[in-house]
Amino acid sequence: MATMQSPAADPAMKPGLDYGAAFKDACLAGIIAFLIFGLLLGYETQQTLTNQIILVPRTMLLAGVVAIVVIGRFLINLWSAHRAQTLKTAPTKTTNPLLLKLEAQAGPAFLIAAVLFPAIVIIANGELQSSRYLVDLGILLLTYVMLGWGLNVVVGLAGLLDLGYVAFYAVGAYTYALLATTLVKLPGLEWLAPWMFWICLPVSGLLAALWGVILGFPVLRLRGDYLAIVTLAFGEIIRLVLINWVDVTNGGAGISSIPRPTFFGLPFSAADNGFAATFGITFDPMHRIIFLYYVIVALAAVTFIVTLRLRRLPIGRAWEALREDEIACRSLGINTTNTKLTAFSIGAMFGGFAGCFFAARQGFISPESFVFMESAIILAIVVLGGLGSMLGVIIATMVLIGGPEMLRNVESLRLVFGSDFDPTKYRMLILGIGMVLIMIWKPRGLISTREPTVTLGKKAQAISGDFVKEGHG
Amino acid sequence: MQVPLWEHDTILSVERLTMRFGGLIAINELSFKAARGHITAVIGPNGAGKTTVFNCITGFYKPTEGRLVLYHGKPGSDLLTPLTDGATPDISDQQGRVFLLERLPDYLVAQKARVARTFQNIRLFSGMTVLENLLVAQHNHLMRASGWTLKGILGLKSYRQAEAAAIAKARQWLERIHLTARADDAAGALPYGDQRRLEIARAMCSDPQLLCLDEPAAGLNPKESGELNALLRGIRAEGLTSILLIEHDMSVVMEISDHVVVLDYGTKISDGTPDFVRNDPKVIAAYLGAEDEGEVKAIEAEVGV
Repeated sequence: MATMQSPAADPAMKPGLDYGAAFKDACLAGIIAFLIFGLLLGYETQQTLTNQIILVPRTMLLAGVVAIVVIGRFLINLWSAHRAQTLKTAPTKTTNPLLLKLEAQAGPAFLIAAVLFPAIVIIANGELQSSRYLVDLGILLLTYVMLGWGLNVVVGLAGLLDLGYVAFYAVGAYTYALLATTLVKLPGLEWLAPWMFWICLPVSGLLAALWGVILGFPVLRLRGDYLAIVTLAFGEIIRLVLINWVDVTNGGAGISSIPRPTFFGLPFSAADNGFAATFGITFDPMHRIIFLYYVIVALAAVTFIVTLRLRRLPIGRAWEALREDEIACRSLGINTTNTKLTAFSIGAMFGGFAGCFFAARQGFISPESFVFMESAIILAIVVLGGLGSMLGVIIATMVLIGGPEMLRNVESLRLVFGSDFDPTKYRMLILGIGMVLIMIWKPRGLISTREPTVTLGKKAQAISGDFVKEGHG
Repeated sequence: MQVPLWEHDTILSVERLTMRFGGLIAINELSFKAARGHITAVIGPNGAGKTTVFNCITGFYKPTEGRLVLYHGKPGSDLLTPLTDGATPDISDQQGRVFLLERLPDYLVAQKARVARTFQNIRLFSGMTVLENLLVAQHNHLMRASGWTLKGILGLKSYRQAEAAAIAKARQWLERIHLTARADDAAGALPYGDQRRLEIARAMCSDPQLLCLDEPAAGLNPKESGELNALLRGIRAEGLTSILLIEHDMSVVMEISDHVVVLDYGTKISDGTPDFVRNDPKVIAAYLGAEDEGEVKAIEAEVGV
């Protein structure tokens, strides 16, 4: 029969787009929504003047919510059916070629953009002071990009789920804060003060790497959920030690007046030996912000280059092989213990660098800055960007860190939600919804493909995420 | 009858190997020898303990009892006693080196004793390219060449040369398994037969002295099975690697192996040349699971005795 061979000719024969079933399912969702929200939203308790509590029905609100659920469910059903159909007809669906091209050019392009960013902002604003917010935001974004790239080594490449990454960030920050505030007080070492940041930066990285190894050893045998729990606990232990070891860390009060970084020995002050006076320009506190911005650009660039190189070295390939199949690795003579430890320690080292920078930039740190939420955000950046993808981390940071900041200022949302709408109140909600939508749309992150580290042919072809494993600890 | 090769040019000697899992005895006092340059097959019905033997040899299991001796070269036979009495996993003299495999963890069995293996359910790095799979196999060599990553990070010439050599070696193996055209594709995207051959090539890229293949012909069609036989014969012809394989496919076993060891319920029931084993009534009865005369006849006809 002709119609059997060409189902496209008869829309009713289309297997995916069954409106009846979609509607039925939507109605079921509506009933469930009614049952759930019926009492939660359907009634409001109000106190009368006589101190009685009365129930005020909110029929319209309830009806509205249920309607949203029904319509939303109906549309999702149609969309997923449509997608299933297009997937069937075009099974070779890969990442957007434009995105792939972008990934290849990502390094230089983002570096140029990052280097030019303050200049563009300052020219656009016409003066230094009013640019402070945007340059500060740039520093924040780059710090998270760097942390994301560091965690990407552990989670994305080696496939070890680390929920306590913020611990290494804390180790780096406290290393700088404690060393810088105590060392300069020692007699005979005062001359070191202007150089403190540059001395402590490598120390912070190394100490964090050491802690990475210390954490790595006990958790090497653990996989998957168990590894995640222990790393989570490790992050909490570090934070609790910071809170409770008051003699050293000053507890919850934190460490303040941490020495600020200098321009290779020249402090950013209005003094005669300061940066501004030496170069013969008018003193402006923005100089330091811009300098800090370029420090984090350099740190992030180093992280990027080192990670990119490591990936192409035997150690990087061993990380990825470990993520793909640990038993096969061992059968090929790879010492999986050492391989995991190097992944942990290198990831931790970048966290330590970022922590040192954070302490120097803030001038004040306390355990409050190193809560689990930070680990979760960094992990969300890595997962949302796509495990193992460097470009993905940049985009995800823009979305997850830049997004909420931008939502603070979006006045146009008032036009949609009315004049009494306060975007700062709802920004986290909007962000959450956005994250859920992205994960529905791209379950393996924004960039799910994997770049081969070496090719025989000239042209590198990205590997579809369907083949790439996520690791299991 | 002349002394078989495996008695005087031994690469692997399994001696009174016993493996117990709780109360279950998977292998019971198994002893056999594999000759250098031979293809030795271990056969037996399902659950006979073949894969357990493999896991003991490659260090994935620690045997409950017994000794697993691997010889590199032809070291003096007087080395074995001091080695067994001592605590070190290996000992060497001018002519060669002896390893006690049960004393080595799995990755050192591969790295030091140079025993490579494949798996019954293929274990490729499916998200990595075919070429990358073959480079990961040369990890230890490349790690040394990259100065434990330091030289590699700096991009020194000595490392780049070593990497180029590793790629050349991988390319050689790709040509041998006819996968050069697919070198940059994900290993997981290959058809099943190609994956089997790639896994063997990957194991071979680690320059093993002994290659252990766990059911290499499982799931292959006759054409792929033929290609596999040719590949294994090619490896034997080079004479650098001895092969130990577990197999169900009788045509593969009888066609290419030099020596067959038959297991049933964890004990050895026959050991000898393929012809000897094929005609061993114990094998026909026990291994093939025949109960009465008629069934034995039918099976004999099937295997072509």
